[in-house]
Amino acid sequence: MIQDLFADYVAVLIAAILGFLLVGGALMGNYILAPRQASRAKSLTYECGMLPIGRSRTQVHFRYYLFAILFLIFDIEAVFLFPWAVTFLDIGKAAFYEMLFFILILGFGLLYAWKKGVLRWK
Amino acid sequence: MIADNAWLDGLIRMGAIALAMPLSVIILTYLERKISGRLQQRLGPMRVGPYGILQGLADTIKLLTKEDLRPQTADRWTFELAPFAVMVPVFLAFVTLPFTADLFVRNLELGLFFIIAVSGVSIVGFVMAGWGSDNKYALLGGARAAAQLISYEIPLVLAVVAVAMIAYTPEAGRGSLNLVEIVDGQGRVPFIVWQPLAFFIFLVAGLAELYRQPFDIPVAESEVVGGPFIEYSGIRWSMFQMAEFVSMVLISVLASLLFLGGWNWPLGNGAGIALQVPLIFVKTSFFILLFIWLRFSLPRLRIDQMMQFCWQVLLPFALLQIIINGWVLVYGWPDWTLGVSSGALTLVAGYLTYRAARQAAEQPVSPRLHRVGSVM
Repeated sequence: MIQDLFADYVAVLIAAILGFLLVGGALMGNYILAPRQASRAKSLTYECGMLPIGRSRTQVHFRYYLFAILFLIFDIEAVFLFPWAVTFLDIGKAAFYEMLFFILILGFGLLYAWKKGVLRWK
Repeated sequence: MIADNAWLDGLIRMGAIALAMPLSVIILTYLERKISGRLQQRLGPMRVGPYGILQGLADTIKLLTKEDLRPQTADRWTFELAPFAVMVPVFLAFVTLPFTADLFVRNLELGLFFIIAVSGVSIVGFVMAGWGSDNKYALLGGARAAAQLISYEIPLVLAVVAVAMIAYTPEAGRGSLNLVEIVDGQGRVPFIVWQPLAFFIFLVAGLAELYRQPFDIPVAESEVVGGPFIEYSGIRWSMFQMAEFVSMVLISVLASLLFLGGWNWPLGNGAGIALQVPLIFVKTSFFILLFIWLRFSLPRLRIDQMMQFCWQVLLPFALLQIIINGWVLVYGWPDWTLGVSSGALTLVAGYLTYRAARQAAEQPVSPRLHRVGSVM
């Protein structure tokens, strides 16, 4: 069993290394084959043909952060759901009702955010 | 195992995938261009080779020999590492993706969870590309990509959990995250019959995760001029393109494994090994064709519609699907109750979507959305 687990995740490690090699190899091939002739105009930031105006690191609206916070909450819920989904029948009804309670709390959280207008992209 | 040594075995299998991947991307690019040409009553690529079949090869050579530009003000390491952060996670997901009962790299016990976990990492790459390019459009596109991809990841994950709950194996009973077991569990009836709502949610959220039309808001040419990839050129840009096509294959294979019974016949078990490959190929091609077809049939959603649809329709219905599954399984109700309840909820979700779309079509866009910057 331990040996199996080892063999499984060795494949994951190899895949990660191969993935980096694949992208790196393509970039290396480009480095060897492509011409390079740097000029000032070429390395300017693209702004539809005009000279760039002002700073590029502009601010983005705060609602992106609100959605990020909501995402965090529900993604953590999903992490709890995965082990529950495969084992809750063995534990019995209590496991189901506990998760139902958990989902309902989060559901009310979603409803609250909805009523507060967070989900509206105004 | 091909070889006794786990390292060698993994290397051979992953090497085969690494070779097949660029090839399939070249074929898919050609197919997409041909099909889009057909859908728009033109011929598509015709010049390079007979019927343009060598077009993909020509494109590869062109991209490989194109000058690699990096803006002077770009953040060097963020800019250069972004293609890795997008491509490598997609590649990693193929470690555990089974194509037939015996054709996979490794059959991980937590396969489904592994795929969901690693493919979520790509989002970091889009934000890196957006931030590192030091470009206004790229930054906006990166923020949009982050907002869209993280939002649609939740319904996608919950739909997958719903399937994992009802997967049945004779040894361990209900509940499995092993993809081979999930497919074997749909011997008689594919899960699309028991879980039409989860299928609908998976399909829509998967399409949004691919940021293809009608969900191409992060990369929309007419709004953010290509989004996070605006400053990328040559092979560095094609890494993003490759990641998009490979994840299209990933989502299509996953959808046919989870909902259409993978390598089984639609209503029976145990197709022979010679038939398993054609069966999964046909089911996967169906989804790929659907994605290409939708691209040229539906107009792009507005960003506010897209976010509201995710959080106000898909997410509540995905939670409902999980609760119903748990209820039916705990009380041991027959399987058809799953199909009936899920089907009824699909109709409700479809009606709500239809009504919202009608309302959006009838109402003029609110003046606030016209203001510069407010739909950014």
